[in-house]
Amino acid sequence: MIIKQLSVFLQNELGRLEEATKVLSDNNINISALSIAETEGYGILRMIVNDTDKAAEALKGNEFSVKVTDVLRIDAPDVPGAVHSIINKLSNAGIDIAYIYGYSSNGIAPLIIKVSDPERADQVIKGC
Amino acid sequence: MSREQMRELQSGRLKDVVSRVYHNVPFYRKKMQEIGIEPGDISSIDDLAKLPFTTKQDLRDNYPFGLFATPKSEVVRVHASSGTTGKPTVVAYTRKDISTFSEVVARALSCSGVTRDDIIQIAFGYGLFTGGLGIHYGAEKAGAAVVPISGGNTEKQLSLLQDFGCTVLACTPSYAAYLADAMEMAGIDPRKLPLKIGIFGAEPWSQEMRAKIEAGLDIKAFDIYGLSEIMGPGVANSCSCQNGLHIAEDHFVPEILDPKTLQQLPEGSTGELVFTTLTKEAMPLLRYRTRDLSSLDYSTCACGRTNVRMSRIFGRSDDMLIIRGVNVFPSQVESALLEIPEAKPHYMLIVDRKGNLDTLEIQVEIDDKYFSDEMVQLNNIRNKIKHKVESILGISVIISLVEHRTLARSEGKAKRVIDNRNI
Repeated sequence: MIIKQLSVFLQNELGRLEEATKVLSDNNINISALSIAETEGYGILRMIVNDTDKAAEALKGNEFSVKVTDVLRIDAPDVPGAVHSIINKLSNAGIDIAYIYGYSSNGIAPLIIKVSDPERADQVIKGC
Repeated sequence: MSREQMRELQSGRLKDVVSRVYHNVPFYRKKMQEIGIEPGDISSIDDLAKLPFTTKQDLRDNYPFGLFATPKSEVVRVHASSGTTGKPTVVAYTRKDISTFSEVVARALSCSGVTRDDIIQIAFGYGLFTGGLGIHYGAEKAGAAVVPISGGNTEKQLSLLQDFGCTVLACTPSYAAYLADAMEMAGIDPRKLPLKIGIFGAEPWSQEMRAKIEAGLDIKAFDIYGLSEIMGPGVANSCSCQNGLHIAEDHFVPEILDPKTLQQLPEGSTGELVFTTLTKEAMPLLRYRTRDLSSLDYSTCACGRTNVRMSRIFGRSDDMLIIRGVNVFPSQVESALLEIPEAKPHYMLIVDRKGNLDTLEIQVEIDDKYFSDEMVQLNNIRNKIKHKVESILGISVIISLVEHRTLARSEGKAKRVIDNRNI
């Protein structure tokens, strides 16, 4: 399904991530998934949270650059070949993948996938 | 007047002023003798480059009246700079100088559309500063009605603007922006006021600021340039084409120099603006180094005027950096960034030396609207900035994207450069 992801631009300096998570904590936001893409100078914090709009407002109010984007959430079974089968479907449908993050536990592996066309990707996954 | 006629006029006047300073100002006679130049060596405007320079320090060294070229009895007024960085610099005017000053300001005002039917509120400071009295005499000469309110007292400024129905406002651009905000807070609708023209100068301002002031006051804003050492406001001014400032070059002849080599640069190049006063009596100056960075355009303006135009001031030559032998001005970076919507014109230059190589890192704030969750997009923005800046500076740079609102805002003299090379 298509869900909202919150991204935050983080300058590469000690304590900056802590400041961002503090804003979320102070606003009683629950984070269910998180990944950071890093470069030499800055990082992009990507998160799935329980209240995206509230989290985005709170971070903006604290001078963070934030962006809300549509991403695909797929609950894959925790078995060998599950990820491959999903990627294979997207690839065959000509859908580009920008990045993926996920983890498996208790038999399911929820994946967060940023794709070029979330709606079509959602159809492709559902249709099979 | 054709360019050729102008050059003839300037040549005659240059010979005259060189002879006057040589015979009446010991400072100039000594300087000219040191480099082996006599008034007879100057036969046309092309000989300008043979003449010695004058700097602000020279004015300080001759404080207060050492550079006068006429007896003190001929002087009818003096002005002085604020002297925030040392002794003030003093300038003087004869009766004829005041008349010339009024004439160039009146010209500038007419060029901006001011006529005898206008009421002009002069909110430049009156006093030792040339702004207030300079515009005042010029406005009277142009036949407009002058409201000499001087600077400050915003409440009164707003009530006179309304009560008198002033049509022209003259002040610094920052004060104009402040008045626009004050007007909004007071609930005054600028569209209901007769105010239509703004004459702004005495500090550098950007196109963005012009747009903000024009919208906030519902006027057309004109740039007036000047410096007390040369005369005061009216040395140059923008016309309705807003494409550079016309210089009153029958009185003040400009040159553009490389601030490092002090050689004249080809037309259109950016460099330090230098003026020689052609007609001033009390205190003529040869090749005064303004430290302002600009460029000159000798082509005929769309308004029809043939006198040379100077660009808006890009910055100060004091800010120049030499990186890997190339002259770099922070203002060049700023103008590059202004052309890229994804970047904000807020930046910090960090110069370092790694091994024997100078490095230039430019920290740029990314516009909030263009922040992306995808690294590829951010890299694209960074590369776009890198290519733009490199094409303008001519050296390779490192671009670092930083969070918005983390770099100092340009409130006049924001610190824009950190030079870590210990040279």
